[in-house]
Amino acid sequence: MNAPARKLRVATTSLAGCFGCHMSFLDIDERILKLLELIEFDRSPLTDIKHCGPCDLGIIEGGVCNAENVHVLREFRANCKILVAIGACAVNGGLPAQRNHLDLRDILEEVYHTSPGLAPGSQIPNDPELPLPLDKVYPIHEVVKIDYFLPGCPPSGDAIWKFLTDLIAGRTPHLSHEMMHYD
Amino acid sequence: MSRMNEQQVFLIDGRDVPFAPGQTVMQAALDAGVYIPHLCFHPQFKPHGSCKLCTVKVNGRPATSCTLPVAAGMEIESETAELKDKRRMLLQMLFVEGNHFCPSCEKSGNCKLQALAYDLGMMSPHYDHFFPDRPVDATHPEILLDFNRCILCELCVRASGEVDRKNVFALSGRGITKHLIVNSESGRLGDTDMSTTDMAMSVCPVGVILKKRVGFAVPVGQRKYDTIPISEQFGDAPNAVLEQTR
Ligand code: SF4
Ligand code: SF4
Ligand code: FES
Repeated sequence: MNAPARKLRVATTSLAGCFGCHMSFLDIDERILKLLELIEFDRSPLTDIKHCGPCDLGIIEGGVCNAENVHVLREFRANCKILVAIGACAVNGGLPAQRNHLDLRDILEEVYHTSPGLAPGSQIPNDPELPLPLDKVYPIHEVVKIDYFLPGCPPSGDAIWKFLTDLIAGRTPHLSHEMMHYD
Repeated sequence: MSRMNEQQVFLIDGRDVPFAPGQTVMQAALDAGVYIPHLCFHPQFKPHGSCKLCTVKVNGRPATSCTLPVAAGMEIESETAELKDKRRMLLQMLFVEGNHFCPSCEKSGNCKLQALAYDLGMMSPHYDHFFPDRPVDATHPEILLDFNRCILCELCVRASGEVDRKNVFALSGRGITKHLIVNSESGRLGDTDMSTTDMAMSVCPVGVILKKRVGFAVPVGQRKYDTIPISEQFGDAPNAVLEQTR
C-alpha cells in the first residue's frame, strides 16, 4: 500500500464496551508501525486526547448505555467523515443490552439497594458526576448514522487489519469467511 | 424413477438441473448440489414456506423455492444481487425481532441463521432492535429453552408431532405476538415427556432447544460453520430418515 499524501486522522473510543475491541486492535502487533505510516491518532484511549477534532475515520466500540455515550457518539459523528462500528456491542448492543428487557429502576434497586451482602444504608448512586443511564442499551446505528460495521466479539486483529487497510486504500472493506464472525 | 435419457431439466441461474416429477425447486436443487438458502425447510418435512429465505425468481416472479413444484424448462434466478439483498434484509429482520447475542449463545458457530448471515455478508442488523422480553424455560432437567432466539420455523413442532409423536411444541398467537409454546398444563418443558433423544432436540436451526451442560464444549475454530460456509455444506439429513417417517 502506498502512503497517502497526508496521514489520515483516526479517532477511536469505547462507549458501553469492555475495551476488548481496542485490545484486539493491538493484536495487529507490529503492523501498527506500518499503520502509523498511514494514519495518526486523534481522540483515542491510545493518545488520551479528550475531544475529537476533524477526522477522516472514527472507530466506535460499545453500544450506547448512558447520556455521556450519546454526547461522545455525536461528537464523533460531527467530526468524522467515516464512522465505523467495531464489535458486537456497537453493532447490536451486545452483552450490556441483555438488560434491555428489564426495568432500569428495578435493576438499580436490586444491584445497589435490595440484593444481599450490601453495606448497610446502600443506595442507588446519585452523584451529579455520573452520567445518567438510559432506559435501554442502544446499538450505535440507532443513534447516529454509521457508515461501516465490523462485527465480532471482538473481531480478530487480522479482521481489523484487513478492514482498516481496505478502508484506507479506498476499497469497500471485505472480510473472508473466517474473519466474519459475530462471536 | 425416470431413466437418465428421459430425465427432464429446468434452469437455475442458467445451469441445467435435473428433477424428478413432484419435486420442488428446493428438493431438486439440493439433490443436484445447488444450494438455495433456507431456514424453515428440512428435507424430512413438508415445506412450511414461512421464512422466505429461499425466495427465487421464477420466470421473473418471486416465489419460495421450497414450496414451488418444478416444471420442465422453468427458468429460476437465485444467486442474483437483487435476491441476495432481499435475503439479507429478511435475515436482518429476524435478528432484530428476537434477541440474538451470539457471543453468549451456545449455538454460535453451529447456527444456520448466523451461518446464512455470514454467507450473505450481513455486517449489521441494520434495523432498530425490538429487544423483546422472552423468559427462558429451564425447568427440564436436561434441556434448556431459550425463546429469545426462536424464528418460528416450526421445525420442532413438526419433529415433535410427526416423528417423536409427543406434540411438545406449538405456535400460539398471531403476527408480531406469535410465539412458541410448550404443550403442558403448566406450559413448562419440565412437565412434558420431552427427552434429549427426540428428533425435536436436533432440528432447531438456531439456539432455542439446547442440551444442558454441553454448551461451548467445541472450541471456536472447530465448530460447524467456522471455516466452511453453509453454502458449501448443506446436507441436512440423510434421505434414509426420510423413508422411516413416511
Ligand atoms: S441463535 Fe444463532 S444468530 Fe441467534 S444468538 Fe444464537 S448463534 Fe447468534
Ligand atoms: S424453537 Fe427452533 S425449531 Fe422451534 S420454531 Fe423456534 S426456531 Fe424453529
Ligand atoms: S425455506 Fe422456503 S420459506 Fe423457509
